[in-house]
Amino acid sequence: MAASIELRNITKAYGDVKVIHGIDLSIDPGEFTVFVGPSGCGKSTLLRLIAGLERISGGELLIDGRRINEVPASKRGIAMVFQSYALYPHMSVRRNLSFGLETIGTPKAEIASRVAKAAEILRITPLLDRRPKALSGGQRQRVAIGRAIVREPKIFLFDEPLSNLDAELRVQMRVEIAKLHNDLGNTMIYVTHDQVEAMTMADKIVVLRSGIVEQVGAPLELYNNPRNLFVAGFIGSPKMNLLTTEAKDGGLQVAGNALALPRATAGATTLGVRPEHIGITDRDGIRLAEVKVDLIESLGGQTLVYATTADGQPLTVALNGQRQVDVGSSLPVYIDPARIHLFAADGNALV
Amino acid sequence: MTEAAQPTLAAGGESVGRASGWSRFAEGSGPGYLFLTPWLIGLFCFTLGPIVYSFYLSFTRFDLLTAPDWVGLENYRRILTEDPKFLASMRVTFLYVLFSVPLKLAFALAVAMLLNKGIKGLTLYRALFYLPSLLGASVAIAILWRAIFSADGLINQLLWSLFGINGPSWITNPKYALWTLVALGVWQFGSPMIIFLAGLRQIPQDMYEAASLDGASAWRQFWKITLPLLTPIVFFNVIIQTIEAFKSFTPAFIISGGLGGPVNSTLFYALYLYQEAFSFFRMGYASALAWILLVIISVFTAISFLSSRYWVHYDD
Repeated sequence: MAASIELRNITKAYGDVKVIHGIDLSIDPGEFTVFVGPSGCGKSTLLRLIAGLERISGGELLIDGRRINEVPASKRGIAMVFQSYALYPHMSVRRNLSFGLETIGTPKAEIASRVAKAAEILRITPLLDRRPKALSGGQRQRVAIGRAIVREPKIFLFDEPLSNLDAELRVQMRVEIAKLHNDLGNTMIYVTHDQVEAMTMADKIVVLRSGIVEQVGAPLELYNNPRNLFVAGFIGSPKMNLLTTEAKDGGLQVAGNALALPRATAGATTLGVRPEHIGITDRDGIRLAEVKVDLIESLGGQTLVYATTADGQPLTVALNGQRQVDVGSSLPVYIDPARIHLFAADGNALV
Repeated sequence: MTEAAQPTLAAGGESVGRASGWSRFAEGSGPGYLFLTPWLIGLFCFTLGPIVYSFYLSFTRFDLLTAPDWVGLENYRRILTEDPKFLASMRVTFLYVLFSVPLKLAFALAVAMLLNKGIKGLTLYRALFYLPSLLGASVAIAILWRAIFSADGLINQLLWSLFGINGPSWITNPKYALWTLVALGVWQFGSPMIIFLAGLRQIPQDMYEAASLDGASAWRQFWKITLPLLTPIVFFNVIIQTIEAFKSFTPAFIISGGLGGPVNSTLFYALYLYQEAFSFFRMGYASALAWILLVIISVFTAISFLSSRYWVHYDD
């Protein structure tokens, strides 16, 4: 049921405008891969190239080792869930689900049983005779997924499927899609601009920017070892603090404060440290700087401190639990040297 | 508003009475009616007035020179029981409606779908294709049409030079005359085409993408997605174009020289009505004809609306 996908130097251009710049990627059978990146990074275009909705300008696309550049979308063994759901408004839910199967001439009895099965998986059986307009957003989303399931594809593609839902429903559907992946075991590619969705759902995350792959890896690998400033800033919430550093006496200093780092720092211009890896007592590591507290957000389980260093750089600190910190006060902050990231002037991480 | 008006009234001093009358007019709905006046005059003098008057006339004998003479239902009785020209004109008009409307709409939809392919210079093509509709109802085009379809017209010259066929005079042969008018009607596909084009652009692209992933051919996509989603537009165009076709007058008048010939083959209902009114000065009889046409169009429209719930998909 599951298929492997391989992209070899895939490019896409509209006229003279190149939007995808030679992407290499391999996706294992049954893997849940998330394409993530800011708007306009090419993630949806890449998905549409795989789906066959756009022509590939250069390179090779292989499914199960077979080149499929020229294979029409319907013959690729792919089903896609659209951001807008793309349900046919003039058909009942049942007809929406069966349309694709009728198109390829599946026997009636089999259509009925597949539709019934998909409806059961997605718990939309009572809705089968309704029109899409009589459904809520979450229900429409389920029907859209159901339409993909009934076709029993080798590969599922999701194009920002949750972005039209409210926050609560989004979390719920996120869990359901992850569960669906566990149950069905198909290869799935999921496009989102939401790094939380990427982190929670993916086996493998592909971070894209301006049509190139910035980094590919498991969620925690991206979190722990971002390859460059872009990935460092994109993965993780709240965002990683990126502080400008100066070289001094063979070491580094931040906001005039020399850091005693037990590692080579030559060439580093930026120090990255995640808010959750900063403490306010000297037990938390070495002293980073003295900061002025601008704002506190108490989330209950976590207290977010937004502060500014002496040289005006913003710094976010995430403290566990409920902490009393005064706005306007000065605060020394400490970091664990093992959990910092150093980046060179070209944005790449120092290893 | 009224509170703000109070100080003005007080400041008016002695002329409070007059000021209050004027300001009540100015503050109330007076200006609204003032602005409506030209339209109201038009409505009562040139639309409602003549409608009511023609209804009255339809029960009279009236030759414009002597006073209308009340005859009761006599005009209607004669039209419906002993007027062969009425039947002839009904036949011609129904044939015209039956063929020109579907052909015109099919053609309009086909062109709209071509133009919706995202071709370059769309605005230019759109304007060009709309041109015949702007010119179509004009006398000049009807005269041009007569020249194209006459015995030594363009069509026959082409037929002769390309195939060696000696064509008939299309407009003077009762077998073909009506069809040249149907062709003229279809040629004026511009306005339904523009409306179809607008409707096609409303259909989300990803429905077609979903369908193509499902393996639906362009043909199946047209029948299962485009056409059903376009039915509100089709419905609108059918109503408008059918009414237009029932009322069609100018082309037949020009091509047949106002007579509806040959052998009544282009005697459109509106043309017959015109003849009765302005050639024979039987205003009462013509008015009755007009009211019968109104009833026919109303019945057709009512049937269309009643049937629409079975084939028109309104969504969201």
